[in-house]
Amino acid sequence: MPLYEHIYLARQDVSPQQVEEMTTNMTTVLQAGGGKVTKNEYWGLKSLSYRIKKNRKAHYSLLNIDAPAPAVAEMERQMRINEDILRFMTVRVDELEEGPSAMLQKRDRDDDRSDRPGGDRGRGGFDRDRPRRF
Amino acid sequence: MAIKDLSTSQARRPFQRRRKTDPLSGTNAPKIDYKDVRLLQRYVSERGKIVPSRITAVSAKKQRILAQAIKRARFIGLMPYAVQ
Repeated sequence: MPLYEHIYLARQDVSPQQVEEMTTNMTTVLQAGGGKVTKNEYWGLKSLSYRIKKNRKAHYSLLNIDAPAPAVAEMERQMRINEDILRFMTVRVDELEEGPSAMLQKRDRDDDRSDRPGGDRGRGGFDRDRPRRF
Repeated sequence: MAIKDLSTSQARRPFQRRRKTDPLSGTNAPKIDYKDVRLLQRYVSERGKIVPSRITAVSAKKQRILAQAIKRARFIGLMPYAVQ
């Protein structure tokens, strides 16, 4: 069965419990279609970089899915109907990553910032008149 | 003649610029992931535009993967399309 990563954004005024409920609902939809959810992460209420359907914040959830395509299509159809879901994205991956995703590990990595490339270069400096050569 | 041109332009340059290496290739390079906003943030300008690989020295192959990841991060609202 193909593997997918699925992220969905739920409306800001929905409670985290309701988000968990939505996740379990979607999980049962997938299981009915013969698939399974290998991991689910709740990232919490995060602020969006731009407004989506007039919302400035959203609850983020990530599902790692191992399910046949029709089951995923059915889940997506139900997500489109649900008005509490602002947006979702399903990405097919070759392998599902185990353990917490980059989003949840972020705090531990704050210390090692020495590997940043091009510290001497001003960010966004490429808009200058002369193209740089290397 | 082309070779001569190159050598004169090199001589005019007061200091040698070290050739940069791809920060996303190699043994312990970070994996490009649309969820890893902290990593992707290094490859966009202050305005939110994707920085060309000739500035960041990312290889063409990795730049394509990187661009895809940045676009995915934008779609799910993790990164801006444009910063005013």
